[in-house]
Amino acid sequence: MAQLTSANRMAGLRAAPSFAERIDLPQRVVFLAAASMIGIVILLLGFITWQGLQLFLKDGVPVTQVLSTTWQPDSTSPDVTFGLLPFIAGTVFVTAVALLISTPLSVGLALFLSEVAPRWARAIVQPALEIFVGIPSVVWGWLGITILVPFLSDTFHHDFVLSLPVVGEVFRAPGFLTGFSWLAGSLVLSIMVLPTITSVSFDAFRAIPQELRTGSLALGTTRWQTIRHILIPAALPGVLTAVVLGMTRAAGEALAVQMVIGNSPMMPQAISQPVTTLTSQITLDMGNTVFGEPWQDALWTMSLVLLIISITSVVLVRVINKRRMAS
Amino acid sequence: MLNGTRRFGALAIAAALFASACSSAGASPTPAPAATPAPATPTPAAMDTSSAAPGTPAATPAPTVNCVTGSITTSGSTALQPLVDAAAKQYAKACAGATITVNGGGSGTGLSQVAQGAVQIGDSDVTAESKLATPDASKLVDHVVARQGWIVVTNKDVTVTNLTTQQNIDIWTGKVKNWKDVGGPDMPIVLIFRPASSGTRATFKKLVLGGATEATGGQNVTQDSNGAVTTAITKTDGSVSVIGFAYYDDPANKPLLNGLQLDGVDATVANMAGGTYKLAADGHMYTNGQPSGLTAAFLAYMMGPEVQGTLIPSLSYAPVVK
Repeated sequence: MAQLTSANRMAGLRAAPSFAERIDLPQRVVFLAAASMIGIVILLLGFITWQGLQLFLKDGVPVTQVLSTTWQPDSTSPDVTFGLLPFIAGTVFVTAVALLISTPLSVGLALFLSEVAPRWARAIVQPALEIFVGIPSVVWGWLGITILVPFLSDTFHHDFVLSLPVVGEVFRAPGFLTGFSWLAGSLVLSIMVLPTITSVSFDAFRAIPQELRTGSLALGTTRWQTIRHILIPAALPGVLTAVVLGMTRAAGEALAVQMVIGNSPMMPQAISQPVTTLTSQITLDMGNTVFGEPWQDALWTMSLVLLIISITSVVLVRVINKRRMAS
Repeated sequence: MLNGTRRFGALAIAAALFASACSSAGASPTPAPAATPAPATPTPAAMDTSSAAPGTPAATPAPTVNCVTGSITTSGSTALQPLVDAAAKQYAKACAGATITVNGGGSGTGLSQVAQGAVQIGDSDVTAESKLATPDASKLVDHVVARQGWIVVTNKDVTVTNLTTQQNIDIWTGKVKNWKDVGGPDMPIVLIFRPASSGTRATFKKLVLGGATEATGGQNVTQDSNGAVTTAITKTDGSVSVIGFAYYDDPANKPLLNGLQLDGVDATVANMAGGTYKLAADGHMYTNGQPSGLTAAFLAYMMGPEVQGTLIPSLSYAPVVK
């Protein structure tokens, strides 16, 4: 404080002090930390973008090929094709089903914690959720491969067939022959993103002014009517933010998914069949490819796609929040 | 309460962002030199830096070990890793002051890192020429230290005991989809692949499939490592895959798997060494230029009687020096 006033006095005596003169040592340290953080992010973006574009620039692979469905990266095969669509589709579909499972559960849990739960129940559930956040992904994957995959294979081994008396077979879907499947990946992910979506939605519900609740109840509504017509619409931007954050987490997860998903490089066809994702393919192939070969360049392109997904969701969160501020 | 919930939310957001930002990198084997503890290694500084005296050949089994102090790192092939790891531990035990760190990572990692000079030795199932660009590959010196074999294995439910090369081609290209067509039970075939980039898969494709393109669609699964493949086979009816001898002969795995003959030839080290079993390849250890110091001494040890005569047969590889 004293320094500030002395700086002000000095400012009166001579020309306005420069930025470096105006900040003291602790401020400089903090400024340096912020600047290096920004520097690292810029370098990271630059590096991944540059590496991700090598497939097009250096190896001359056309964009149309990258958007095809054939993944044949082995240089000994006669028709080398770097089609990344199976991986992009796998990431999108596996994440989508995970969110479909997780969102109702998480939002319900957040509503319970925020509106319904007695104090003691909240005291149990909240630390339990924090523990959930801390469980490493490899543990989830391990549980998946030990319990979930054999369960799916044993219980739903045969094709699902719907037959009608006269018409005969009207519907047939493949069973879980191996258990390694799209659904297994989505189930593991849905558990992993549950705490993220729950806690962010919970904050959104807590941030609603108490007057809305009391006002609604004063009009004679039930608790459910208040939740459905007042609280959920009011908290919607926050809940959407929670879902987007969960989506980012799910799309970026590699290890747990890779262990249960079967890693079959083809377009997702049935929820009971193996699929693959961007992250799991990167972890499978990066150790066996060498720096600078087209195959590894294709893996960098996958990283670039993941980065774009990540940036898009950050922008999405900001847009949603800005709209909430404005309204 | 409000304060508490804010903190809770911030924690979750931070965790989510952090995890999404780094999970693609964090979940995978990093090339950083993860420590493989060298057993009971005194500090090199305390040791006599000169090499041990050559000694007389007949007196003890130890004299052939040419001890050089120092510290080197190898990385690469996981198929060769059990052998290199065991040899490195034996060498370090015989020669106090020598530290040899053995990392896995895959053949591609080994070749990249030795070409970049990040490690002294790069282990690979395949030749450097097949992976690296010519200027990098021509710098590397190849040391073939062992023959390694792979075996076609199935789930215990599959009663087949032998597959011919043609039957393997039919199965792995997806032409034959049921075990009953190759003399087994009426059960769908589930192919369990290693990643297309793996040395095991490349070797199998070249030696058995004759370069035919595998059927990686449908219910077929790809697993990351010999261990993950073994788990998947034991848990999946009708599954078939290819694993290294060293993993098949592991007493923990062998009772769970049904190992097949190839063209009527038993998958044994003796048949591999004799040349009748064809699913076998050289294990390479590459150096960047001619090796010197501890690197040269360790490679000489790999070719010596302790490793070639004793260690290699005990780990189900075949020696290259008789």
